[in-house]
Amino acid sequence: MIRMENVHKAFGDNQVLNGMSLEIAKGSSMVIIGGSGTGKSVALKSILGLIQPDSGEIYVDGKPSGSGDRDKFLARFGMLFQGGALFDSLPVWQNVAFRLLRGALKRPQEEAREIAIEKLRRVGLRAKVADLYPSELSGGMQKRVGLARAIAAEPEIIFFDEPTTGLDPIMSGVINDLIREIVVEMGATAMTITHDMTSVRAIADNVAMLHGGVIQWTGPVSEMDQSGDPYMEQFIHGRADGPIEAVR
Amino acid sequence: MNPITLLARLGRAALAGMSAVGRAALFALSAFSHMIRPPYYPREFFYALLNIGWLSLPVVGLTAIFTGGALALQIYAGGARFNAEAVVPQIVAIGMVRELGPVLVGLMIAARVTSSIAAEIATMKVTEQIDALVTLSTHPMKYLVAPRVLAALITVPVLVGIGDIIGIMGGYTVAVQNLGFNAAAYLKNTVDFLEPLDIISSLVKGAAFGTIAAMMGCYYGMQSGRGAQGVGRATKGSVESAAVLILAANFVLTGVFFSL
Repeated sequence: MIRMENVHKAFGDNQVLNGMSLEIAKGSSMVIIGGSGTGKSVALKSILGLIQPDSGEIYVDGKPSGSGDRDKFLARFGMLFQGGALFDSLPVWQNVAFRLLRGALKRPQEEAREIAIEKLRRVGLRAKVADLYPSELSGGMQKRVGLARAIAAEPEIIFFDEPTTGLDPIMSGVINDLIREIVVEMGATAMTITHDMTSVRAIADNVAMLHGGVIQWTGPVSEMDQSGDPYMEQFIHGRADGPIEAVR
Repeated sequence: MNPITLLARLGRAALAGMSAVGRAALFALSAFSHMIRPPYYPREFFYALLNIGWLSLPVVGLTAIFTGGALALQIYAGGARFNAEAVVPQIVAIGMVRELGPVLVGLMIAARVTSSIAAEIATMKVTEQIDALVTLSTHPMKYLVAPRVLAALITVPVLVGIGDIIGIMGGYTVAVQNLGFNAAAYLKNTVDFLEPLDIISSLVKGAAFGTIAAMMGCYYGMQSGRGAQGVGRATKGSVESAAVLILAANFVLTGVFFSL
């Protein structure tokens, strides 16, 4: 389980997280929604320790986030980055098998390559893609490779940072379905940040609405449409009028 | 302007400058500490050796040969004013080995390698590849910085040595072909004149300049701001800092080696 308690984070004068509290149950899929620049990525990176919160506590399975052996802690996570964040200098298979080629999870090169190709197949890519470089792939293929890399070491917790941004509706649907299937298949805890409502309905067990640095509403995805929360309603229906200012 | 405001501005600028020096020094210490502690990344190290060492050879060789040739012509023309044309081999040798070899190689490495390291790492930062490395349990200082700095520390002295030899050969070619020097006498004068300290100082300078060049590339890359402008600023800042620090370090090292 992941628990955030009263987390604050500011960048200069810009208070991004202002007492954010949230719980994500083990094996569930939580989607955090909110407008651009509301701190969704900051929340996610704070859990991973990529950003240090100014105050507040973050626990993973009851232990403070980042405590103990950092490599072991990070080995429990997989992450799909918004732009893929694939390493340009490495071919696709080495990107996917990055964790399996070095460090505590190191395997023989042939075995790592086989696992990478299997994971590429799992996300719908052919084996011949393995030897291409990221710059030779389309945006949708890069997302799939990023997804394959996120699941390569079979992590317990997977983070998806805006998984469908920049993709056409059909490719977005494919990625949403893949995420849902993989999370269910692996029994992993998933945390996704997005502002794509189609993704929310396809991926989420639970939804949290982040605005003004705090969670305005959280609950099961089935109750989202009847939340009665003005922030949720405005966001779901994409209205310009409401408590969320259109000009930020 | 109010003198207090002026003083405050000066103070802020001084503090900002000292803070920048402190950050760079802490970064360098951290890089050295990661260099000696496992895990090591041999593939990254060999890639850096190839990029910094082998692929810099053409530019180093061309810079050295033209400089050596020009130096021979200058010394011959200048020496002719007081009937000292014969000192061409000795002055070319000492000029190349003590000063021009290390400094020019250092500056060429700053132009070629520092800029490329800064732009590559800054782009990785902007596209979240550095964050991705961390989430994949890989420390960016160990994976990106340590191999590059170590490779520069090892290869740049070798490049300086090669540059010194090519520079001397440039001077030799011009002196023998155009200025009527005897080939065997030129080489004998060169070898007889150079002392071990000249060569040691050249190689030590190479190691120092290589470390500065790679360190500045990595530092500015890792500190890069967002977007294309951030990458551009990081690249420009890295080359400026590397070039100035190389020239300052050259002054200090020359003092240490030859004024004591």
